[in-house]
Amino acid sequence: MSRVVFSTRDLTKHYQVGGGLFSPPQVVRAVDGVTLDIYERETFALVGESGCGKTTLGRVMLRLHEPTSGQVIYRDQDLTTLNDKAMRGLRNKLQIIFQDPYASLNPRMRIEEILAEPLRTHGYGSPEEIRERCAELLDMVGLRRQFLRNYPHQFSGGQRQRIGIARALANKPDFVVCDESVSALDVSIRAQVLNLLSDLQQELKLTYFFITHDLGVVRQFADRVGVMFLGQIVEVGPAEDIFKRPLHPYTMLLLSAVPVADPHQRGRERPIMKGDIPSPMNLPTGCRFHTRCPFATELCAKQEPQPREIDGRTVSCHFPLAA
Amino acid sequence: MAQHNETVLSVSDLRTEFHGGRGHIRAVDGVSFDVGRGRIVGIVGESGSGKSMTALSIMGLVPKPAGKVTAQSIMLDGTELTSLGADGLRRVRGRDMAMVFQEPMTSLNPVRKVWEQVGEPLAIHKGMNSRQIRARVLEMFELVGIPEPKARLDAYPHELSGGLRQRAMIAMGLICEPKLLIADEPTTALDVTTQAQILRLMLELRDRVGTSIIMITHDLGIIAEMCDEVNVMYAGQIVEQGNVFDLFDRPSHPYTRGLLASIPKTTEKRTDGRMPSIPGMVPNLERLPPGCRFNPRCGDVMAICHEAEPPLGEVGGGHLARCWLHSRKADGPAPAAGAVL
Amino acid sequence: MTVTASSPEVIAEPSLLREGIAAFARNRVALVGLAFIVVLVVVALFIPWISHHDPYRVALDEQFLPPSLTYWLGTDNFGRDVLTRILYGARISLLVGTLPSLISLVIGAALGILSGYVGGKTDAIIMRLADMMIAFPSLLLAMVVMYTLGANLLNIFIALALVGWASVARVVRSETLALKGKEFIEAARANGTSRLTTMVKHIFPNVIPTLIVLFSLSIPDAIMWESSLSFLGVGVQPPEASWGLLVAKGKEYLLQAPIVAIAPGIAILLTVLAFNFIGDGLRDALDPSMKD
Repeated sequence: MSRVVFSTRDLTKHYQVGGGLFSPPQVVRAVDGVTLDIYERETFALVGESGCGKTTLGRVMLRLHEPTSGQVIYRDQDLTTLNDKAMRGLRNKLQIIFQDPYASLNPRMRIEEILAEPLRTHGYGSPEEIRERCAELLDMVGLRRQFLRNYPHQFSGGQRQRIGIARALANKPDFVVCDESVSALDVSIRAQVLNLLSDLQQELKLTYFFITHDLGVVRQFADRVGVMFLGQIVEVGPAEDIFKRPLHPYTMLLLSAVPVADPHQRGRERPIMKGDIPSPMNLPTGCRFHTRCPFATELCAKQEPQPREIDGRTVSCHFPLAA
Repeated sequence: MAQHNETVLSVSDLRTEFHGGRGHIRAVDGVSFDVGRGRIVGIVGESGSGKSMTALSIMGLVPKPAGKVTAQSIMLDGTELTSLGADGLRRVRGRDMAMVFQEPMTSLNPVRKVWEQVGEPLAIHKGMNSRQIRARVLEMFELVGIPEPKARLDAYPHELSGGLRQRAMIAMGLICEPKLLIADEPTTALDVTTQAQILRLMLELRDRVGTSIIMITHDLGIIAEMCDEVNVMYAGQIVEQGNVFDLFDRPSHPYTRGLLASIPKTTEKRTDGRMPSIPGMVPNLERLPPGCRFNPRCGDVMAICHEAEPPLGEVGGGHLARCWLHSRKADGPAPAAGAVL
Repeated sequence: MTVTASSPEVIAEPSLLREGIAAFARNRVALVGLAFIVVLVVVALFIPWISHHDPYRVALDEQFLPPSLTYWLGTDNFGRDVLTRILYGARISLLVGTLPSLISLVIGAALGILSGYVGGKTDAIIMRLADMMIAFPSLLLAMVVMYTLGANLLNIFIALALVGWASVARVVRSETLALKGKEFIEAARANGTSRLTTMVKHIFPNVIPTLIVLFSLSIPDAIMWESSLSFLGVGVQPPEASWGLLVAKGKEYLLQAPIVAIAPGIAILLTVLAFNFIGDGLRDALDPSMKD
C-alpha cells in the first residue's frame, strides 16, 4: 500500500474581481474546498473544463499563488505554515511543467543558463558539476548535448517542452505538477513526450499531478482521476473504474462528449450536455451542476451534496449513477 | 464523373507559395479534391500541413503580395473562381461560400453589437436595411440554437460564452445561405462538452439546410464523427484521400496509420503503458527531403522513397494514397514484399 | 535514454546580437541614418585637425561673408566660420543628446521594472511620481532647474534626465507586466529564485530591446530640448556653440545672412532624422526576430 506523498485539505482560493467606487467586488471561488490525497509514484490526473479551477489548483498546491484557506501537506509537512525561506528550500522537490512551450523558456537565455538556474539557486555544486548536470539533463530528455549553447527560439515546440521537463527535473524533485504539458503540441509529438514522461517517472520514481482536459491521455496514463467542476472535485477514483462506469453525471457527460476516432460508432447513444457551464462568479444554489444535469431534482437545487465513498471512489452527488 | 450540380466545389491542383525574406515555401502543393452537395469533407493534418492555408487559398484570403495562389481550377457550383478578380471574389465571399474560424474571441469585433456583425454579410451582399437584417439575424440565432435569441441580438461579444460566440459565427457564416461553409478548427478553442454541442449543431444544419461543409481539424475523432470524405494533409500535400470508412478501416498511408495509432483513446487502455508515436518531426517546408516528404519518419521506407515523390495512387474504389506502397512507377518496383496495405 | 527527439540539425547558433545586427543591416534607410551619424561623430571629434578655423576668434572685418572656398558656409556676425561653429556645436549637441538619455534610461528602467514586478504600494508610488513628472510642463521644469542650478552643461544633463525618466518608466513597466505573466517567470519562482534575481536576470534582459529603441528615439528629443533651452538662453552659454544657441543668435541676423541661422537648423533636422531612422530600424530589427 503506497503512502500518501502529497495531500490537500479543504483547500480554497478565492479571487476578488472588479468592484469600483460604487459596487462591491465579486468573489470568484476558483478553488472551493478541495481535499485530495496523492500516492507515491502514481499519476493522478485532474480533469475538467475551462473555469473549473484546475490550473489554479495546480498553482496553489505549489504555493505559486497563495491559498485563501486550507492546508497543503507534503510528506507530513504543512506547506501553508512555512515562511518564504523554508518554502523556497523545498522548491527543488516540488516542480511544475508548463503548458506553453513558447512562453515557458526565457527567450534571451541559452539553454545551459536556463537549466543551470535551479541548480545554482539550490547550491548544486561547483560550476563544472553544474555544467555536467545540465548535459546530463539533456541526455535524459533525449536532446543532444550541443543544444546547451542554443536559444529557445531555435527549437520546435516539442523540443522546448523537453527542455522545460529537463529544467523541472534538475534538482531531482519527487512531485511534479504537469499543467496541460502536452496540450499545445501536435498529436504525433504529444505521444513522444508522453512516453518520455512515462519513462522518466519509472527511472526517477516521480509522482505526477497531471492537469489536463484531454480524456484520452488520462485513460492511457493515469492511475487515478479527479474530476473537477466549478472549483470542486465531484468524483475521484481509479482511472479504469471511472472510465468504465462513471458515477457522477458530469463525468458521464464529459466522457460521452469526447469524439471517438471510429466512424462505425457514429450512431451510438450519447447524451450531450445542454447549455453552458455557469460562470464561477455566479454559482448555482445547491449542487453546482444541477442546472446542467439531466437528472437533477428539487433536492439538488437546494442542498449541496457531500462527498461519499462508493465502490472505492469518492463522489459528490445526491443520486450517483447506477452503482 | 460526378454531374455538374452534384459537386459544389471542385479544386484542381491548388498551389500556394510564399517568398519570404529567407526562402521559398510551398505551403499548399498541388491539392485537388471535390466537395459534393450536402457532404461534409474533412481536411486533417498537423501544424505545417497546409490545411488552413488551403482554406484561405480557396477563399482568396491569402495575404498578398507575400503569397501567390495558383490553381488549374477552383469551381464553386459552376463559377470558376480563378477567373474572378479581387472584386469578383469579394462578391462570392460571404454569399456563396463562408468561413468560420477558430477563435471566437478575436473573430468578433468587441466594440460592435453581435447582431450588426452577424448581419453584416446581408448588408454587403443583399443590401438589406437594419430592420430586415435584425429579423433575419433573429431567425439565424434560432436556427443555431442560441437561447433567448431576441435578448442576445444586442449583446456584445464579451457578454457571450465561447460556445455562444461560435454559434454566432456559424450564424454569420450561414446567413446568406452559402452553398459551402468552410470551418477551420471551429471547436479547438472550446471545451469538450461545448464542442460536442457545436458539432451536433453543424450536423443538424447540414441536414436541414443542405450546406456542404469543409471541416478542417487536427482531431481524427472529429473527422470520424462528422465527415463523409477525408483528406489527410502532410507538408502541403494530400497524402491520403477517401471515404471516411475506408480511411479508418484501411488506413493506407504510413502517416495516417501513425496518426491513428498515436491518438490516446478514451475507449480502452493500452496494456503496455506506452503510446505508439511517429518518430521525428514535421519537415521544414524550406528544406524538404528529396523524394517522398514523409520518408525520414516512415517505418516502411524503401529506396525509391528517397528518389522520387510518389503520386496519389489508387488503393481501391476511390481511396487514394500518396505512397510508393500503392503505386508502381511504369517500369518501377512493385511494393515491397509483405507491405501492409 | 529510450526516447530521442530526432531533429534536423539546429542551425549553428548565431548569438541574439548577431541576428539583430543582421536584421538591422537589411534596412537601407536605417543604414543611411547610421552612416550620417558616424560621419558626424568622426568629424566632430576630429574637427580641430580638420578645420583650421578658430571657432572663437573674432574678426569683425569679416562679418557676414557669403559662402566661399575659405568659409564654406560663410561667416557669422563675429566673422567666425559658420561651418566650423556648427561642427564644434555638434560635439555639444551630440553629448547632450546621448548622456542624459542614458541617465534617464537607467533610472526609468530600474523604476519601471521595480514598479511592474513588485506591484502594490511600490507600484502606486512610483507611478504617481511618474505621472507628476509627465504632467508638469517639462520645458518649464527644465528652465526652473537651469535657473536654480545655473546654466552649464552638467545641469543640462540633470534637467533632461529629470524630464525623461518618467516615460521610460511607464513603457518599461508595461513590458514588465506583460513579461510577468509569461510562464518562464513563473518557472523562476517555482525554482525558488529570489525576486531581485528574477528582475535582474529574467525581466531586464527581455526589456533591453525596448530600451535600445527608446534610447535611439530619445536622442533626437534631447537634442531638440537642448536647442530649445539654449535658444531661450538658459542652456549653453556663449561663446560656446551649440546648435540651439547658433540658431538663437543667428535669428537676429536672419535678413542679413540667413544662412547663419538656417544652417544649424538644418543640422538639427538631419541629425534628428538620422536618429529616427536608426531608432525605427532598431525597433524593426529587434522586435520580430525576438518575438516567437
